[in-house]
Amino acid sequence: MPSDVEKWKSEVYGNEIREHLFRFAEEGWDSIPEDETDAWLERFKWWGLYHQRNGQESYFMMRIGTPNGVLEPGQTEVVAELAREYATGPASNPEFGEAYVDWTTRQSIQLHWLKLEDIPEIFAKMEAVGLSSQQACGDSWRNIVGNPMAGKAPEFVDALPVIQELNERFKGNEDHSNLPRKWKVSVTGSANGSGQGDINDMAFEPAYKEIAGEEVRGFNVRVGGGLSRNEPRLARSLDVFARPERVADVAGGISALFREYGDREDRYNARIKFLVDEWGTEKFRRILQEEFVDFELEPAGTDLREQYTYNAGGDKAGDLVGVHEQRDGNYFVGLNVLVGRMGASDTAELAQLADEYGSGEIRISQRQNVIITDVPEERLDDLLDEELLNQYSPDPHPFMRGSVACTGTEFCSLSIVETKNRQVRYARWLKENVELPESVEDFHIHLSGCTASCAQPQIADISLRGMKTRKNGEAVEALDIGLGGGLGENPQFAKWVGQRVPADEVPGAIKNLINTFADNRTDGESFREFIARHEEDELSEFIEPEETSYDDPMMHNTKLTWYPYAEEDSMDASPAPTDADGNPLEESTPADD
Amino acid sequence: MSVALRILDDGAWLSVNDQRRVSVSELWRVNAPGFCECELVDFLAEGFTEVTAADNEVAIETYGQCIRCGVSGVPGHLPVGAIIQGRYRDYDRENVVLSPVGRADQP
Ligand code: HEM
Ligand code: SF4
Ligand SMILES: [Zn+2]
Repeated sequence: MPSDVEKWKSEVYGNEIREHLFRFAEEGWDSIPEDETDAWLERFKWWGLYHQRNGQESYFMMRIGTPNGVLEPGQTEVVAELAREYATGPASNPEFGEAYVDWTTRQSIQLHWLKLEDIPEIFAKMEAVGLSSQQACGDSWRNIVGNPMAGKAPEFVDALPVIQELNERFKGNEDHSNLPRKWKVSVTGSANGSGQGDINDMAFEPAYKEIAGEEVRGFNVRVGGGLSRNEPRLARSLDVFARPERVADVAGGISALFREYGDREDRYNARIKFLVDEWGTEKFRRILQEEFVDFELEPAGTDLREQYTYNAGGDKAGDLVGVHEQRDGNYFVGLNVLVGRMGASDTAELAQLADEYGSGEIRISQRQNVIITDVPEERLDDLLDEELLNQYSPDPHPFMRGSVACTGTEFCSLSIVETKNRQVRYARWLKENVELPESVEDFHIHLSGCTASCAQPQIADISLRGMKTRKNGEAVEALDIGLGGGLGENPQFAKWVGQRVPADEVPGAIKNLINTFADNRTDGESFREFIARHEEDELSEFIEPEETSYDDPMMHNTKLTWYPYAEEDSMDASPAPTDADGNPLEESTPADD
Repeated sequence: MSVALRILDDGAWLSVNDQRRVSVSELWRVNAPGFCECELVDFLAEGFTEVTAADNEVAIETYGQCIRCGVSGVPGHLPVGAIIQGRYRDYDRENVVLSPVGRADQP
């Protein structure tokens, strides 16, 4: 039997959701019929709106999809303005204040605490500058990712025009707007591996091939990668080469195959990675050829994977932070945004700096960072002297640079623990208290609040994932610890070797682990190599949890609060749901107790 | 009156008549001797996979982990609340011991 979600999707889905969304916005949160709430909130995702977690009813997170993370001139200031004007809620965050922007691991943007009633105005402001939240969530083509510097940094084959073509063809396309599940696509043209193709549903990676005596540059195709639900998979080669002008047809064929053969009965089994598991790549290729494309698929070309440096475990940080030369002789400057969150006024300042020193363009990386592009050489020094770059550094400490964290219990309904603020405290403490061995400049610590893995923990040096444990009899927030993940030519998922470490003992555990690494590494050995040559039980012993001077204010069950940082944080103290102005509404059905 | 029961958002929560009622991340004490060696399972609910109702009792098939010993899995359908005169009432899940119920087939 198809799920309720499939039933709702078959009734109203895709573009047409918008008119309903606007009608509800006009008439207010209260106007959503009581027995249709689940259905409408599920549908709103297609337009980029997620209802926030329990205790925060009537408030929305909005995701803006920026293809390949490119924010065109004029767009960043609108994002800052939207954050300042609409993204404030009934309580503020102790680290980040009242209004902020999240740069995400899929090169998108997230704003929180939005009111449904403001959505038409927000959409109008976004659309006036070409921004959109269409298909940013929901079961369809999500934001397309790639090397954030596509089109400007050195590339083997040009990816940006391909990404733009895919975005135009598949955003709002009725044939592809109702898929069995989310559909994540990566297209990379550079030889550094920074598009993270391996963890996407469908990946196009640079490759070349001799055809009729000539070298043709294009892309090899992989399918079925993804990290979620304790079932991480690397994308698998389909043995298909696509010339740039053919990518959209190949991609459309694969997306249609997913539409027809993906599992609509069981959402847990719906992602294409499971279909690839079931069929294998040979059958997948055969069905694609027979039923979904009307031209002969070309066998894969020679890839460039051995050149990949991005998160490849070497000494050098391949993360695009810092000052780098573009193809045109100008420079781009990658700025580190700790856990991807930036206050609204800092975001406005960022937009202003981009205008003043560059072309006004900003790009978002898959490490939650931002990049100012098109800076002429003679303007670099002045830009580097700007005050904003003290906080968002182009030359950050490795623990700051390597930190990635998801949303967690602050807003997300799946979460088990608090994340972003915790990772900020971890990074600060580690910076003060732990010495990395010489020559280690790149060290990734990723914290995800649950197994959905939005912070991509499995591809970090140290992976942290939300759990619970008991400490002196009390239930406390804890983390599982994984080691040795990364991408590159031979990607590797972290091995989960530490279980349920109380959150306040994790910094001590990391400190001890890094000391063990420093004492036992062979000459110049990278952390990833060090982990790879040890057995799991040895690695478990390297993790020695310990209380230190680190203090964690969020050890209680933060999911049971309505907002972890509120002064009165109990569920009963929640003002939600509220009306357009934030005044509490009477609950239609009083909660029982 | 029929009651709409569904698991939404990748197993994050139980909806009863379009209201969020039970969320993952709760800690339950579960009487399921086959699940792990502990006397009572100290169970962290991580994901809901199915909801059923029988004799007015609402039960959720739940994936999770015993945070005392680390065993992960599904200890069965765990009763979380009841429907009384058409209205859903939460059990006091923080303070009672939950015992898995026999698989109830029809929601
Ligand atoms: C207000 C609520 C939520 C917030 C703030 C939130 C936050 C995030 C963030 C920051 C990302 C990564 C960025 C990106 O994709 O651009 C993400 C991705 C993701 N979210 Fe959420 N999320 C929310 C609700 C949900 C819900 C309801 C689900 C499940 C239905 C979910 C499951 C996921 C998964 C599975 C990923 C990506 C992992 C992957 O498949 O590779 N999130 N979310
Ligand atoms: S990893 Fe889990 S807790 Fe974190 S944002 Fe994603 S779904 Fe939420
Ligand atoms: Zn146990």
